[in-house]
Amino acid sequence: MGIRSLIISFIFIISLLSAGYALGTFAPWLTASLIFYAAFAVFFAGFIYRVIKWALIPVPFRIPVTCSQQKSLDWINASPIENPSGKTGVFLRMASEIILFRSLFRNSHTRMYEDRPVYGKDTALWLFGLLFHASMLIIVIRHLRFFIEPVPAVINKLSAWDGMFELGVPTIYLSDIIFTVSAIYLFMRRAAVSRLRYISLVQDYIPLLLIISVAGTGILMRHIYKVDLLKVKELATGWISFSMALPEGIGLLFFVHLFCVCALLLWFPLSKLMHMGGVFLSPTRNLANSNRAIRHINPWNAPVKAHTYEEYEDEFREKMKSAGLPVEKE
Amino acid sequence: MSFAKIPKPDELIRVKYDMPGKSWMNTPVDFRPGTWSHAGAAKNLTALDLPNPRAWQPSDEDWKLPENWQAIILAGMKERLEKYRSFRLFMDICVRCGACADKCHFYIGTGDPKNMPVLRAELIRSVYRRYFTTPGRIFGKLAGARDLTLDVLKEWFYYFYQCTECRRCAVFCPYGIDQAEITMIGRELLNLVGCNINWVVEPAANCFRTGNHLGIQPGGMKDMLEFLTDDIEERTGVRVEVPLNKKGAEILFITPSADYFADPGTYTCMGYLMLFHELGLDYTMSTYASEGGNFGLFNSHEMIKRLNAKMYAEARRLGVKWIIGGECGHMWRVVNQYMDTMNGPADFLEVPVSPVTGTRFENARSTKMVHICEFTADVIRNGKIRLDPSRNDHLRITFHDSCNPARAMGLFDEPRYIINNTCNYFFEMREDAIREKTFCCGAGAGLGNDENMEMRMRGGMPRAMAVKEVHEKYGVNRLACICAVDRATLPPLMEYWVPDVSVMGVHELLGNALVMKGENERPTDLRGYPIKETGTP
Ligand code: SF4
Ligand code: SF4
Repeated sequence: MGIRSLIISFIFIISLLSAGYALGTFAPWLTASLIFYAAFAVFFAGFIYRVIKWALIPVPFRIPVTCSQQKSLDWINASPIENPSGKTGVFLRMASEIILFRSLFRNSHTRMYEDRPVYGKDTALWLFGLLFHASMLIIVIRHLRFFIEPVPAVINKLSAWDGMFELGVPTIYLSDIIFTVSAIYLFMRRAAVSRLRYISLVQDYIPLLLIISVAGTGILMRHIYKVDLLKVKELATGWISFSMALPEGIGLLFFVHLFCVCALLLWFPLSKLMHMGGVFLSPTRNLANSNRAIRHINPWNAPVKAHTYEEYEDEFREKMKSAGLPVEKE
Repeated sequence: MSFAKIPKPDELIRVKYDMPGKSWMNTPVDFRPGTWSHAGAAKNLTALDLPNPRAWQPSDEDWKLPENWQAIILAGMKERLEKYRSFRLFMDICVRCGACADKCHFYIGTGDPKNMPVLRAELIRSVYRRYFTTPGRIFGKLAGARDLTLDVLKEWFYYFYQCTECRRCAVFCPYGIDQAEITMIGRELLNLVGCNINWVVEPAANCFRTGNHLGIQPGGMKDMLEFLTDDIEERTGVRVEVPLNKKGAEILFITPSADYFADPGTYTCMGYLMLFHELGLDYTMSTYASEGGNFGLFNSHEMIKRLNAKMYAEARRLGVKWIIGGECGHMWRVVNQYMDTMNGPADFLEVPVSPVTGTRFENARSTKMVHICEFTADVIRNGKIRLDPSRNDHLRITFHDSCNPARAMGLFDEPRYIINNTCNYFFEMREDAIREKTFCCGAGAGLGNDENMEMRMRGGMPRAMAVKEVHEKYGVNRLACICAVDRATLPPLMEYWVPDVSVMGVHELLGNALVMKGENERPTDLRGYPIKETGTP
């Protein structure tokens, strides 16, 4: 298992790149208008639809996974973040999960060593996962400069900071490097570690390959087969104002890049990439461990058949009496 | 306990973590003896009005399922996808990062890839994809989707009854995906077509009728408690009384039936009774609500509610002000996470205030139910009892955090406070095997039966190895815990892996150390073992 999924994923990605290439050559306007708009529409509509769908499902029970000391007696140090008892704690817990990947930081790997299981600290996944997501965020924000005129100062600042080493012309962005390296790491980990390969499905490889394609085409067209960035900006601002003019001579690679981005956006709401929205809704993390202090309401709290005391006493009355236990009915 | 039919420890420990060549999607289960639990007996299903009571065993070819079993399960799945956000979300957002994979004690102990929490979830997720998602419907296997076949159902049974719902995986998952939650739903679905295990439905049926898992009837409970008070008198010279079904008492005390029925829980129970006597507590126990534990948790949400209903019903009938709960793991998961929501509001009770110290238990102001460790820690802190920790000097203690108080509650420091005040030699296990990272006893969630012994020893191996470490390093000879299931399952686990270590409840330590008014000289502990210093290492 695994090898087959890998091969299928590669075939998929190569076909996709070829399609992007063909479209870029023969019908760039199609990529730059119809496909682009469709992808964005599907992404936003799909994302919102799925989050709303989750949000509409009730949370019948308050089931936080508690990862530290509860709040009980005054003199016992409770952990407000890992075992929150109120809203602030929950907020901090969620922030630490979403911004710092707290839980992933606990990661370890289990090995058998001299007939003992040993658990080594393993922060690589945490590190690369965090770098991957953080650099992606920076890259997305940086890209806003194509859409907004004049470019907001924050974005310029961010770009300047991101390219602070001023290597090459145009400067190489740190985030580009980190993003590509961490995406390749995540892919290689999945493909090379037998356990990961065993649990991986086609839909686990494809988004990573897509992301690597996006990053690769992006870097190539910035540094090697340069595209005309002014014209890209012209196109991008055109998108915003829905003017369908396609500037001439942007460069083929741009359309392949755009096509891959569109594929990713289309893929997003249909897939596990929705973890981006789902992470906020996880009932084991986003609830306070306060059930004993504040009653949680289950909207469908279904009636059940319990065994009442009366039924119990009816069955055991004589035995209770002979044991000298009090009864309700003599 | 007989280990005759299972491999020796030095064989069992040789676990390989290599992955098989064949995809997990088409490797049907082999019901190997020693690794699964017997099917629920028809009489127990009938007693609980559960569907499809019949005589069958998981190893049978024919499971005697209803004609339309697939439709029943898919309808049940649909219903639960609409009722539990957790279930739907956990089906949707797993990225298969594998962070949970080697955190499960069953995976560590077996090397069976389907015991990786992520694959355990995929067993049901693959069916979810096939029937409830568009890509799964269209692309089938290619998208990780599978038809719900009999082989798949058997796989569910095998692996959902090879998960102790311990939540260790959920601690490590970046999205908090809790396999325990998925297993619970999975077991509910299996129940819809009558597939469950007897070690769950028999205790549940007993509890439903007689009030406790063991099926002890009112007179029996009274006798047992009297027996314990005789033992206390013999050891201490103090006669304690145990009020039963007493109306108008201030506090209702509910503990797992194993505490007053089976060793070594009985010594823990003696500890409670001695403490209550010494404090002059106005309390009562009940024969109707005579069970703290809730095997409904291992059956269905509905069954949790049915069994749990007795606690509030009895508190109301007896007219008590609030409730104390004994040392028990899944009981406290239910009390902490479900009871008030399911059977509350308990507005006929009062916010618990300790009559001994005046402490108001704000954290339990809605459920009105306080954990015995919270209660006792507060008593000790306020200096209301005299303790002589040297009476536990023959014991070198380590503490097992039971899964439920650990990861469904966060009760870590209260029992440790009691331990530190009642003994002189306490040694923690390694950091990755305690507190929120604690390893399961390997036999919770209804798996603690004899026919499942090999799997129990495998699943409990990570826990046992951590104990072995402190045993070798510090000479630890006693494993303390606050769970009745643990007190039943850890002794054989220790016997198998670390034979020199025995098991106790925290309130047994307290019972040993408690200096009672009017007591005789106590040369032995509650078990009758002589107290003598074992010496520091
Ligand atoms: S840790 Fe969570 S997201 Fe990762 S594989 Fe396990 S369940 Fe899935
Ligand atoms: S809940 Fe516990 S037993 Fe079940 S999969 Fe997770 S770690 Fe394993």
